Amino acid sequence: MDFTLSKKHEMARTLFREFAEKEVKPLAQEVDETEVFPRGTVEKMAKAGFMGIPIPKEYGGQGCDVLTYAMCVEELSKVCGTTGVIVSAHTSLCCDPILTYGTDEQKKKYLPDLASGRKIGAFGLTEPGAGTDAQGQQTKAVLDGDEWVINGSKIFITNGKEADVYVIFAVTGLIEKRGKQIKEISSFIVEKGTPGFTFGTKEKKMGIRGSSTYELIFTDCRIPKENMLGQQGKGFGIAMHTLDGGRIGIAAQALGIGEGALERTIAYTKERKQFGRTIAQQQNTQFQLADMATKAQAAQLLVYKAAMTKDQYTKDHKTAYGVEAAMAKLYAAEMAMEVTTKAVQLHGGYGYTREYDVERMMRDAKITEIYEGTSEVQRMVISAALLK
Amino acid sequence: MKIVVCVKQVPDTKGGVKFNPDGTLDRGAMLAIMNPDDKAGLEAALRLKDQYGAEVTVVTMGLPKAEEVLREAMAMGADKGILVTDRVLGGADTWATSQTLAGALRNLEYDLIITGRQAIDGDTAQVGPQISEHLNIPVISYAQDIKIDGDSVIVERQYDDRYHVLKAKMPCLVTALAELNEPRYMTPGGIFDAYDADITVWGRADLKDVEDSNLGLKGSPTQIAKASDKVRKGAGEKVNLDVTESVDYIVGKLKEKHVI
Repeated sequence: MDFTLSKKHEMARTLFREFAEKEVKPLAQEVDETEVFPRGTVEKMAKAGFMGIPIPKEYGGQGCDVLTYAMCVEELSKVCGTTGVIVSAHTSLCCDPILTYGTDEQKKKYLPDLASGRKIGAFGLTEPGAGTDAQGQQTKAVLDGDEWVINGSKIFITNGKEADVYVIFAVTGLIEKRGKQIKEISSFIVEKGTPGFTFGTKEKKMGIRGSSTYELIFTDCRIPKENMLGQQGKGFGIAMHTLDGGRIGIAAQALGIGEGALERTIAYTKERKQFGRTIAQQQNTQFQLADMATKAQAAQLLVYKAAMTKDQYTKDHKTAYGVEAAMAKLYAAEMAMEVTTKAVQLHGGYGYTREYDVERMMRDAKITEIYEGTSEVQRMVISAALLK
Repeated sequence: MKIVVCVKQVPDTKGGVKFNPDGTLDRGAMLAIMNPDDKAGLEAALRLKDQYGAEVTVVTMGLPKAEEVLREAMAMGADKGILVTDRVLGGADTWATSQTLAGALRNLEYDLIITGRQAIDGDTAQVGPQISEHLNIPVISYAQDIKIDGDSVIVERQYDDRYHVLKAKMPCLVTALAELNEPRYMTPGGIFDAYDADITVWGRADLKDVEDSNLGLKGSPTQIAKASDKVRKGAGEKVNLDVTESVDYIVGKLKEKHVI
């Protein structure tokens, strides 16, 4: 077992770090304050190839692995959680299901624009009555001739109004399973600008405030029949499998937020003096930092392992990575919350002000315990695998 | 068009300079980066490639570890990398370095050779022009802009207060300033490809038309008496005053320090 990164991964990390420090960090505070989507940064990321890292070259991507993608989200999130989730939602929740379940035509039509970042992707599963319980879906799609007619709404959609291509889920009928009638869910690709597809309110969030979180509204929205993604009725499986991958992205985001807070706290405690010496010289600080660093390292190992397990899946289409992804997300998200909270505490009164990055990071960290499956859902996934 | 870019791996001086007890640079203790002027030269070559189509070959001389800058250059878009490395080439000053690089370049076809103006570890600005002398081709130094016009290159050469526009027939050597451009980022896919690609490695035997007496430490006329880091100055004082007030302020300070 070798824990050293390959030289190519090391160089990729250098690239991501340099980009994050130079292009993302200077804007992080402003993006949070103004709640404005960092369009300029996304354009720069597109140019540098960050919007299609694990997508094969034949579809205009970078042809790299999931580990490299996770490292990208990690490094971006060290300085700005908003930028991290933009890349994560775009890559894991839109490019990935199209790559995995799309027909050749769909892949050729959508992936080159998405992977090059000319277009941004989003994913719509959650509804007012259907979050963790995906069976609560109300959005319906009815086939009318050669078109699916979609009615309903999706909420809390990351990259909401900024995206161009949306992978969404809707009920296409009822089926009988083990003597019970359950909803048949299917998946679709919807493009921005389709008549009947509009946006509702923008969410005012606690953290990741620059990410565009909107409600998607479908009113007699007609899309071509060929925009169904995967087979009819397979939508639930597609959603769950997509979220397994998405969790690696969010775990990487959480990891980055925690690591970023730790880096700033180390620097701060070496400067801040109380009682004639730096607070880094106080044993309480030292012990806190030791705990924070240990947990961040543990999270990193889980995230990288999950990413590498998904890479194995890419090769053999067999290896399961759902449990690894759930463990990585669960642990990294809880680490991020704990580490950022301690970071604020170690910064004292300054940490509670918006002058200091750790305040933003603590707010950004919270969402990682909630979206793409709450920590409770991750525990359900992990325990179900243990007890099956 | 064929462009060769000479690059050097240098210690990153941003975090301060570290020395060995004998006064030489402790390169192992410092982060290694592509010399900024060279990186601008590479970017200029890649822009010419984007605009006119060109094959860009990157050459470096150094320890085996210097292949990292070749991979970086290839991850940015260079087509080939050549590492010139050999124990007998160690300890080279600018003369021996330019002799070595010229010996390597004689094996290659080129229309344009681009080097950085100078490296941040030595700051001599001698290697580029020396290579052009050895190869007997024209040199235009301190380029702030490079354009191609048929079989010629048109370069803006920077001065403190002006620039010259010079046109030279290719083959020609141009030395680039870091201000020439903002180098592009590597791409993740470029990095993967660069690590899958082969790097050509040349040793002493591969150098063409170079005397042993011009290589390595023995071929280096430079003698280093002593090396030291820059002495850090204080942070200085910043004041925001209008013209009249600021003159009074400065004169007052100079009097206070008994300068005037």
